[in-house]
Amino acid sequence: MEIASQCLLVLRKELRHLWRARTRATATATFALACLFLFSFAGGLDGQALRDNAAGYLWVGLLLASTLALGESFRVETEHGALEALLLFPVHPVAIFLGKALGNMLTLLAVGLALVPFAVALFDAAPREGVPTLAACVLSGSAAIAAPGTMHSALASRARARDVLLPLLLFPLVLPCVVAATQATRLAITGDPMDQLGSWLSVTVAFAIVHWSLGALLFPFVVED
Amino acid sequence: MKRVWATGAVAVLLLSVGTYIGFFHAPVEQYMGITQKIMYVHVPTAWTTLLTFTAAFVASVGWLWKRTWTWDYLLESTIEVGIVLGCLLSVQGALWAKPTWGVYWDWDPRLTSVAVMVLTYAGIAALRSFVDDPVKRATWSSVASAVGYVNVVFVYLCVKWLRTLHQPQSSPSTVDSAMVLPLRINAFGMIFLAIFLIALRYRMARAQRARELEA
Repeated sequence: MEIASQCLLVLRKELRHLWRARTRATATATFALACLFLFSFAGGLDGQALRDNAAGYLWVGLLLASTLALGESFRVETEHGALEALLLFPVHPVAIFLGKALGNMLTLLAVGLALVPFAVALFDAAPREGVPTLAACVLSGSAAIAAPGTMHSALASRARARDVLLPLLLFPLVLPCVVAATQATRLAITGDPMDQLGSWLSVTVAFAIVHWSLGALLFPFVVED
Repeated sequence: MKRVWATGAVAVLLLSVGTYIGFFHAPVEQYMGITQKIMYVHVPTAWTTLLTFTAAFVASVGWLWKRTWTWDYLLESTIEVGIVLGCLLSVQGALWAKPTWGVYWDWDPRLTSVAVMVLTYAGIAALRSFVDDPVKRATWSSVASAVGYVNVVFVYLCVKWLRTLHQPQSSPSTVDSAMVLPLRINAFGMIFLAIFLIALRYRMARAQRARELEA
Protein backbone atom coordinates (compact mmCIF):
# COMPACT_ATOMS: atom_id res chain seq x y z
CA MET A 1 0.00 0.00 0.00
CA GLU A 2 2.85 2.32 0.88
CA ILE A 3 4.54 1.48 -2.43
CA ALA A 4 1.31 2.35 -4.29
CA SER A 5 1.05 5.77 -2.64
CA GLN A 6 4.78 6.44 -3.19
CA CYS A 7 4.36 5.37 -6.82
CA LEU A 8 1.54 7.90 -7.28
CA LEU A 9 3.72 10.62 -5.73
CA VAL A 10 6.59 9.81 -8.12
CA LEU A 11 4.12 9.77 -11.03
CA ARG A 12 2.79 13.19 -9.95
CA LYS A 13 6.37 14.50 -9.78
CA GLU A 14 7.04 13.11 -13.28
CA LEU A 15 3.92 14.70 -14.74
CA ARG A 16 4.71 18.02 -13.06
CA HIS A 17 8.24 17.92 -14.49
CA LEU A 18 6.79 17.02 -17.89
CA TRP A 19 4.45 20.01 -17.72
CA ARG A 20 7.19 22.41 -16.67
CA ALA A 21 9.47 21.12 -19.44
CA ARG A 22 6.64 20.96 -21.97
CA THR A 23 8.80 22.59 -24.65
CA ARG A 24 10.92 19.44 -24.62
CA ALA A 25 7.84 17.19 -24.84
CA THR A 26 6.63 19.25 -27.81
CA ALA A 27 10.06 18.88 -29.42
CA THR A 28 9.85 15.09 -28.93
CA ALA A 29 6.45 14.97 -30.64
CA THR A 30 7.74 17.21 -33.45
CA PHE A 31 10.72 14.87 -33.89
CA ALA A 32 8.32 11.90 -34.22
CA LEU A 33 6.30 13.86 -36.78
CA ALA A 34 9.47 14.68 -38.75
CA CYS A 35 10.22 10.93 -38.76
CA LEU A 36 6.78 10.27 -40.31
CA PHE A 37 7.58 12.74 -43.11
CA LEU A 38 11.02 11.22 -43.71
CA PHE A 39 9.68 7.64 -43.83
CA SER A 40 7.08 8.70 -46.40
CA PHE A 41 9.85 9.78 -48.77
CA ALA A 42 12.08 6.80 -47.96
CA GLY A 43 9.29 4.33 -48.78
CA GLY A 44 8.15 6.06 -51.99
CA LEU A 45 5.07 8.24 -52.42
CA ASP A 46 2.73 5.55 -53.76
CA GLY A 47 -0.62 6.05 -51.97
CA GLN A 48 -1.41 2.37 -51.41
CA ALA A 49 2.14 1.60 -50.15
CA LEU A 50 1.95 4.56 -47.75
CA ARG A 51 -1.37 3.33 -46.37
CA ASP A 52 -0.05 -0.24 -46.03
CA ASN A 53 3.11 0.92 -44.24
CA ALA A 54 1.45 3.61 -42.10
CA ALA A 55 1.47 1.43 -38.95
CA GLY A 56 5.20 0.71 -39.36
CA TYR A 57 6.01 4.39 -39.87
CA LEU A 58 3.95 5.30 -36.80
CA TRP A 59 5.72 2.78 -34.55
CA VAL A 60 9.27 3.39 -35.80
CA GLY A 61 8.66 7.14 -35.39
CA LEU A 62 7.37 6.60 -31.88
CA LEU A 63 10.25 4.24 -31.00
CA LEU A 64 12.87 6.75 -32.18
CA ALA A 65 11.11 9.55 -30.29
CA SER A 66 10.89 7.33 -27.20
CA THR A 67 14.69 7.40 -26.80
CA LEU A 68 14.48 11.19 -26.33
CA ALA A 69 11.67 10.97 -23.76
CA LEU A 70 13.15 7.98 -21.90
CA GLY A 71 16.67 9.44 -21.87
CA GLU A 72 15.32 12.69 -20.42
CA SER A 73 13.46 10.91 -17.59
CA PHE A 74 16.71 9.85 -15.87
CA ARG A 75 19.01 12.60 -17.16
CA VAL A 76 17.35 15.14 -14.85
CA GLU A 77 17.66 12.77 -11.89
CA THR A 78 21.36 12.01 -12.35
CA GLU A 79 22.51 15.52 -13.23
CA HIS A 80 21.36 17.01 -9.92
CA GLY A 81 21.74 13.90 -7.74
CA ALA A 82 17.97 13.89 -7.35
CA LEU A 83 17.73 10.12 -7.54
CA GLU A 84 19.91 9.68 -4.44
CA ALA A 85 17.77 12.26 -2.61
CA LEU A 86 14.63 10.43 -3.65
CA LEU A 87 16.05 7.15 -2.29
CA LEU A 88 17.06 8.82 0.96
CA PHE A 89 13.54 10.14 1.67
CA PRO A 90 13.09 7.05 1.66
CA VAL A 91 11.10 6.18 -1.46
CA HIS A 92 11.07 2.46 -2.30
CA PRO A 93 12.98 1.73 -5.56
CA VAL A 94 9.99 -0.26 -6.89
CA ALA A 95 7.78 2.83 -6.41
CA ILE A 96 10.35 4.93 -8.29
CA PHE A 97 10.39 2.42 -11.15
CA LEU A 98 6.60 2.12 -11.37
CA GLY A 99 6.06 5.89 -11.08
CA LYS A 100 8.66 6.69 -13.73
CA ALA A 101 7.53 3.88 -16.05
CA LEU A 102 3.92 5.09 -15.75
CA GLY A 103 5.06 8.65 -16.50
CA ASN A 104 7.00 7.43 -19.55
CA MET A 105 4.05 5.33 -20.67
CA LEU A 106 1.74 8.36 -20.53
CA THR A 107 4.30 10.45 -22.44
CA LEU A 108 4.60 7.82 -25.19
CA LEU A 109 0.83 7.42 -25.28
CA ALA A 110 0.36 11.18 -25.67
CA VAL A 111 3.00 11.39 -28.45
CA GLY A 112 1.52 8.28 -30.16
CA LEU A 113 -2.03 9.62 -30.05
CA ALA A 114 -0.81 13.02 -31.26
CA LEU A 115 0.77 11.28 -34.28
CA VAL A 116 -2.43 9.41 -35.23
CA PRO A 117 -4.27 12.38 -36.87
CA PHE A 118 -1.12 13.20 -38.87
CA ALA A 119 -0.79 9.55 -39.96
CA VAL A 120 -4.46 9.58 -41.00
CA ALA A 121 -3.96 12.76 -43.03
CA LEU A 122 -0.55 11.92 -44.54
CA PHE A 123 -1.13 8.24 -45.36
CA ASP A 124 -4.93 8.16 -45.73
CA ALA A 125 -4.85 5.74 -42.78
CA ALA A 126 -8.29 6.22 -41.22
CA PRO A 127 -8.74 3.23 -38.86
CA ARG A 128 -11.40 0.87 -40.27
CA GLU A 129 -11.67 -0.87 -36.90
CA GLY A 130 -12.42 2.42 -35.15
CA VAL A 131 -10.42 4.94 -33.16
CA PRO A 132 -10.79 3.11 -29.77
CA THR A 133 -9.14 -0.02 -31.26
CA LEU A 134 -6.28 2.06 -32.65
CA ALA A 135 -5.94 3.82 -29.28
CA ALA A 136 -5.78 0.39 -27.57
CA CYS A 137 -2.91 -0.58 -29.90
CA VAL A 138 -1.01 2.62 -29.06
CA LEU A 139 -1.69 2.14 -25.32
CA SER A 140 -0.49 -1.49 -25.20
CA GLY A 141 2.60 -0.71 -27.32
CA SER A 142 3.46 2.32 -25.18
CA ALA A 143 3.13 0.20 -22.02
CA ALA A 144 5.38 -2.48 -23.54
CA ILE A 145 8.11 0.03 -24.49
CA ALA A 146 7.88 2.12 -21.29
CA ALA A 147 8.93 -0.59 -18.78
CA PRO A 148 12.15 -1.84 -20.45
CA GLY A 149 12.78 1.74 -21.60
CA THR A 150 12.68 3.07 -18.04
CA MET A 151 14.94 0.26 -16.81
CA HIS A 152 17.53 0.75 -19.55
CA SER A 153 17.33 4.53 -19.31
CA ALA A 154 18.35 4.17 -15.65
CA LEU A 155 21.27 1.95 -16.69
CA ALA A 156 22.42 4.12 -19.59
CA SER A 157 22.04 7.48 -17.82
CA ARG A 158 24.97 6.81 -15.51
CA ALA A 159 27.29 5.23 -18.07
CA ARG A 160 29.57 6.86 -20.60
CA ALA A 161 28.12 7.35 -24.11
CA ARG A 162 24.58 7.19 -22.69
CA ASP A 163 23.02 8.60 -25.88
CA VAL A 164 24.34 5.62 -27.87
CA LEU A 165 23.74 3.06 -25.14
CA LEU A 166 20.01 3.56 -24.65
CA PRO A 167 18.96 2.72 -28.23
CA LEU A 168 21.62 0.00 -28.40
CA LEU A 169 20.14 -1.73 -25.33
CA LEU A 170 16.49 -0.91 -25.94
CA PHE A 171 15.84 -1.45 -29.66
CA PRO A 172 16.75 -5.17 -29.88
CA LEU A 173 14.89 -5.86 -26.66
CA VAL A 174 11.60 -4.21 -27.67
CA LEU A 175 11.67 -5.38 -31.30
CA PRO A 176 9.22 -8.30 -30.70
CA CYS A 177 6.70 -5.93 -29.09
CA VAL A 178 7.15 -3.30 -31.83
CA VAL A 179 6.49 -6.01 -34.45
CA ALA A 180 3.34 -7.11 -32.60
CA ALA A 181 2.12 -3.53 -32.04
CA THR A 182 2.77 -2.69 -35.71
CA GLN A 183 0.76 -5.73 -36.88
CA ALA A 184 -2.11 -4.86 -34.52
CA THR A 185 -2.09 -1.21 -35.66
CA ARG A 186 -1.93 -2.26 -39.34
CA LEU A 187 -5.00 -4.43 -38.85
CA ALA A 188 -6.77 -1.60 -37.00
CA ILE A 189 -6.09 0.67 -40.00
CA THR A 190 -6.68 -1.68 -42.95
CA GLY A 191 -9.38 -3.86 -41.36
CA ASP A 192 -9.32 -7.23 -39.63
CA PRO A 193 -11.38 -9.73 -41.66
CA MET A 194 -9.54 -12.78 -40.20
CA ASP A 195 -9.91 -11.63 -36.58
CA GLN A 196 -6.15 -11.55 -35.91
CA LEU A 197 -5.91 -8.19 -34.14
CA GLY A 198 -6.68 -9.65 -30.71
CA SER A 199 -3.78 -12.14 -30.96
CA TRP A 200 -1.25 -9.43 -31.81
CA LEU A 201 -2.57 -7.22 -29.01
CA SER A 202 -2.23 -10.19 -26.61
CA VAL A 203 1.45 -10.58 -27.60
CA THR A 204 2.04 -6.88 -26.84
CA VAL A 205 0.21 -7.11 -23.51
CA ALA A 206 2.12 -10.31 -22.55
CA PHE A 207 5.41 -8.56 -23.40
CA ALA A 208 4.36 -5.59 -21.27
CA ILE A 209 3.43 -7.81 -18.29
CA VAL A 210 6.78 -9.68 -18.46
CA HIS A 211 8.82 -6.47 -18.62
CA TRP A 212 6.85 -4.56 -15.97
CA SER A 213 7.33 -7.54 -13.64
CA LEU A 214 11.05 -7.90 -14.45
CA GLY A 215 11.49 -4.14 -14.03
CA ALA A 216 9.87 -4.12 -10.59
CA LEU A 217 12.01 -7.11 -9.58
CA LEU A 218 15.37 -5.86 -10.88
CA PHE A 219 15.19 -2.05 -10.65
CA PRO A 220 16.29 -1.96 -6.98
CA PHE A 221 19.65 -3.44 -8.10
CA VAL A 222 20.11 -0.65 -10.67
CA VAL A 223 19.70 2.23 -8.21
CA GLU A 224 21.57 0.72 -5.27
CA ASP A 225 24.95 2.22 -4.35
CA MET B 1 45.81 -24.07 -17.54
CA LYS B 2 46.60 -27.61 -18.70
CA ARG B 3 42.97 -28.60 -18.10
CA VAL B 4 41.80 -25.69 -20.25
CA TRP B 5 43.98 -26.73 -23.17
CA ALA B 6 42.94 -30.36 -22.64
CA THR B 7 39.29 -29.23 -23.00
CA GLY B 8 40.23 -27.50 -26.27
CA ALA B 9 41.95 -30.64 -27.51
CA VAL B 10 38.89 -32.78 -26.65
CA ALA B 11 36.70 -30.27 -28.51
CA VAL B 12 38.86 -30.47 -31.65
CA LEU B 13 38.92 -34.28 -31.44
CA LEU B 14 35.15 -34.63 -30.99
CA LEU B 15 34.35 -32.10 -33.72
CA SER B 16 36.75 -33.85 -36.13
CA VAL B 17 35.29 -37.31 -35.44
CA GLY B 18 31.67 -36.09 -35.52
CA THR B 19 32.15 -34.12 -38.72
CA TYR B 20 33.99 -37.06 -40.37
CA ILE B 21 31.14 -39.49 -39.48
CA GLY B 22 28.53 -36.93 -40.55
CA PHE B 23 30.16 -36.26 -43.90
CA PHE B 24 31.40 -39.73 -44.86
CA HIS B 25 29.26 -42.32 -43.01
CA ALA B 26 25.84 -40.77 -42.38
CA PRO B 27 23.40 -41.16 -45.31
CA VAL B 28 22.77 -38.29 -47.71
CA GLU B 29 19.39 -36.71 -46.96
CA GLN B 30 16.76 -37.48 -49.60
CA TYR B 31 15.51 -33.95 -50.42
CA MET B 32 18.29 -31.54 -49.43
CA GLY B 33 21.17 -33.74 -50.57
CA ILE B 34 24.69 -32.73 -49.58
CA THR B 35 23.43 -29.35 -48.27
CA GLN B 36 22.00 -31.11 -45.21
CA LYS B 37 25.55 -31.95 -44.02
CA ILE B 38 25.87 -28.43 -42.56
CA MET B 39 23.32 -29.56 -39.94
CA TYR B 40 26.07 -31.50 -38.15
CA VAL B 41 27.70 -28.18 -37.30
CA HIS B 42 24.70 -25.82 -37.37
CA VAL B 43 22.42 -27.67 -34.92
CA PRO B 44 25.18 -28.19 -32.28
CA THR B 45 26.13 -24.51 -32.68
CA ALA B 46 22.49 -23.52 -32.04
CA TRP B 47 22.25 -25.70 -28.92
CA THR B 48 25.56 -24.41 -27.59
CA THR B 49 24.65 -20.75 -28.26
CA LEU B 50 21.44 -21.10 -26.24
CA LEU B 51 23.31 -22.98 -23.48
CA THR B 52 25.99 -20.28 -23.34
CA PHE B 53 23.40 -17.51 -22.97
CA THR B 54 21.66 -19.64 -20.33
CA ALA B 55 24.99 -19.79 -18.48
CA ALA B 56 25.12 -15.97 -18.78
CA PHE B 57 21.67 -15.79 -17.19
CA VAL B 58 22.79 -18.09 -14.35
CA ALA B 59 25.92 -15.94 -13.88
CA SER B 60 23.83 -12.76 -13.75
CA VAL B 61 21.50 -14.23 -11.10
CA GLY B 62 24.58 -15.53 -9.25
CA TRP B 63 26.15 -12.05 -9.15
CA LEU B 64 22.91 -10.33 -8.05
CA TRP B 65 22.43 -12.93 -5.31
CA LYS B 66 25.96 -13.68 -4.05
CA ARG B 67 28.11 -10.72 -5.23
CA THR B 68 31.19 -12.86 -5.75
CA TRP B 69 33.50 -11.89 -8.60
CA THR B 70 33.58 -15.39 -10.11
CA TRP B 71 29.99 -14.80 -11.33
CA ASP B 72 31.04 -11.57 -13.02
CA TYR B 73 34.00 -13.26 -14.77
CA LEU B 74 31.60 -15.96 -15.95
CA LEU B 75 29.05 -13.36 -17.11
CA GLU B 76 31.64 -11.44 -19.12
CA SER B 77 33.05 -14.57 -20.75
CA THR B 78 29.71 -16.23 -21.55
CA ILE B 79 28.26 -13.06 -23.10
CA GLU B 80 31.24 -12.63 -25.43
CA VAL B 81 31.49 -16.32 -26.38
CA GLY B 82 27.71 -16.40 -26.87
CA ILE B 83 27.90 -13.45 -29.29
CA VAL B 84 30.64 -15.21 -31.31
CA LEU B 85 28.62 -18.45 -31.42
CA GLY B 86 25.43 -16.54 -32.31
CA CYS B 87 27.18 -14.83 -35.26
CA LEU B 88 28.57 -18.21 -36.36
CA LEU B 89 25.05 -19.66 -36.11
CA SER B 90 23.58 -16.93 -38.33
CA VAL B 91 26.31 -17.34 -40.98
CA GLN B 92 25.86 -21.15 -41.03
CA GLY B 93 22.08 -20.69 -41.31
CA ALA B 94 22.49 -18.25 -44.22
CA LEU B 95 24.82 -20.68 -46.06
CA TRP B 96 22.20 -23.44 -45.64
CA ALA B 97 19.26 -21.18 -46.53
CA LYS B 98 20.59 -20.04 -49.93
CA PRO B 99 20.46 -23.47 -51.64
CA THR B 100 17.41 -24.60 -49.63
CA TRP B 101 15.13 -21.54 -49.50
CA GLY B 102 16.72 -19.61 -52.39
CA VAL B 103 17.76 -16.65 -50.19
CA TYR B 104 20.46 -16.06 -47.61
CA TRP B 105 18.05 -14.31 -45.26
CA ASP B 106 14.32 -14.42 -44.66
CA TRP B 107 12.36 -12.37 -42.14
CA ASP B 108 11.28 -15.57 -40.48
CA PRO B 109 10.56 -15.47 -36.70
CA ARG B 110 13.44 -17.86 -35.86
CA LEU B 111 16.06 -16.06 -37.95
CA THR B 112 14.92 -12.64 -36.81
CA SER B 113 14.76 -13.62 -33.14
CA VAL B 114 18.31 -15.06 -33.29
CA ALA B 115 19.58 -11.79 -34.80
CA VAL B 116 17.71 -9.82 -32.12
CA MET B 117 19.17 -12.08 -29.40
CA VAL B 118 22.74 -11.50 -30.63
CA LEU B 119 22.12 -7.72 -30.87
CA THR B 120 20.68 -7.72 -27.33
CA TYR B 121 23.85 -9.29 -25.92
CA ALA B 122 26.05 -7.04 -28.12
CA GLY B 123 24.30 -4.11 -26.41
CA ILE B 124 25.08 -5.61 -22.99
CA ALA B 125 28.74 -6.07 -24.01
CA ALA B 126 28.75 -2.38 -25.02
CA LEU B 127 27.21 -1.44 -21.67
CA ARG B 128 30.05 -3.26 -19.89
CA SER B 129 32.64 -1.32 -21.86
CA PHE B 130 31.01 2.04 -21.02
CA VAL B 131 30.89 1.62 -17.21
CA ASP B 132 34.13 2.29 -15.31
CA ASP B 133 33.15 1.15 -11.79
CA PRO B 134 33.59 -2.67 -11.69
CA VAL B 135 30.77 -3.25 -9.15
CA LYS B 136 28.26 -1.11 -11.05
CA ARG B 137 29.37 -2.70 -14.32
CA ALA B 138 28.75 -6.20 -12.92
CA THR B 139 25.38 -5.26 -11.39
CA TRP B 140 24.02 -3.33 -14.36
CA SER B 141 25.12 -5.90 -16.94
CA SER B 142 23.64 -8.66 -14.74
CA VAL B 143 20.30 -6.83 -14.72
CA ALA B 144 20.43 -6.26 -18.50
CA SER B 145 21.41 -9.90 -19.05
CA ALA B 146 18.56 -11.19 -16.86
CA VAL B 147 16.08 -9.02 -18.80
CA GLY B 148 17.63 -9.98 -22.14
CA TYR B 149 17.22 -13.69 -21.40
CA VAL B 150 13.54 -13.25 -22.35
CA ASN B 151 14.79 -13.16 -25.97
CA VAL B 152 16.65 -16.48 -25.55
CA VAL B 153 13.46 -18.16 -24.33
CA PHE B 154 11.62 -16.61 -27.28
CA VAL B 155 14.23 -17.95 -29.75
CA TYR B 156 13.69 -21.47 -28.39
CA LEU B 157 9.88 -21.33 -28.35
CA CYS B 158 9.10 -19.25 -31.47
CA VAL B 159 9.18 -22.28 -33.80
CA LYS B 160 6.43 -23.84 -31.67
CA TRP B 161 4.35 -20.69 -31.17
CA LEU B 162 4.54 -19.04 -34.61
CA ARG B 163 4.23 -20.04 -38.25
CA THR B 164 7.83 -20.21 -39.43
CA LEU B 165 9.90 -21.49 -42.34
CA HIS B 166 12.40 -22.89 -39.87
CA GLN B 167 11.68 -26.45 -38.78
CA PRO B 168 10.82 -27.09 -35.11
CA GLN B 169 13.26 -28.76 -32.71
CA SER B 170 14.29 -32.30 -33.76
CA SER B 171 14.68 -35.26 -31.41
CA PRO B 172 16.32 -38.69 -31.87
CA SER B 173 12.84 -40.07 -32.67
CA THR B 174 12.47 -37.74 -35.67
CA VAL B 175 16.02 -38.13 -37.04
CA ASP B 176 17.59 -41.19 -38.70
CA SER B 177 19.73 -43.06 -36.14
CA ALA B 178 22.76 -42.86 -38.47
CA MET B 179 22.44 -39.05 -38.32
CA VAL B 180 21.92 -38.91 -34.56
CA LEU B 181 25.43 -40.18 -33.71
CA PRO B 182 27.44 -37.46 -35.52
CA LEU B 183 24.97 -34.84 -34.25
CA ARG B 184 25.54 -35.98 -30.66
CA ILE B 185 29.33 -36.16 -31.01
CA ASN B 186 29.45 -32.68 -32.53
CA ALA B 187 27.07 -31.37 -29.85
CA PHE B 188 29.53 -32.47 -27.16
CA GLY B 189 32.38 -31.10 -29.31
CA MET B 190 30.74 -27.68 -29.51
CA ILE B 191 30.01 -27.70 -25.76
CA PHE B 192 33.67 -28.50 -25.04
CA LEU B 193 34.72 -25.76 -27.49
CA ALA B 194 32.44 -23.25 -25.72
CA ILE B 195 33.82 -24.31 -22.32
CA PHE B 196 37.38 -23.92 -23.67
CA LEU B 197 36.68 -20.40 -25.01
CA ILE B 198 34.78 -19.38 -21.86
CA ALA B 199 37.64 -20.65 -19.67
CA LEU B 200 40.21 -18.64 -21.67
CA ARG B 201 38.05 -15.49 -21.53
CA TYR B 202 37.32 -16.09 -17.82
CA ARG B 203 41.04 -16.00 -17.04
CA MET B 204 41.41 -12.75 -18.99
CA ALA B 205 38.43 -11.23 -17.14
CA ARG B 206 39.91 -12.28 -13.79
CA ALA B 207 43.29 -10.71 -14.63
CA GLN B 208 41.64 -7.48 -15.86
CA ARG B 209 39.48 -7.19 -12.73
CA ALA B 210 42.44 -7.82 -10.41
CA ARG B 211 44.29 -4.97 -12.15
CA GLU B 212 41.22 -2.68 -11.92
CA LEU B 213 40.65 -3.41 -8.24
CA GLU B 214 44.34 -2.81 -7.43
CA ALA B 215 44.31 0.60 -9.17
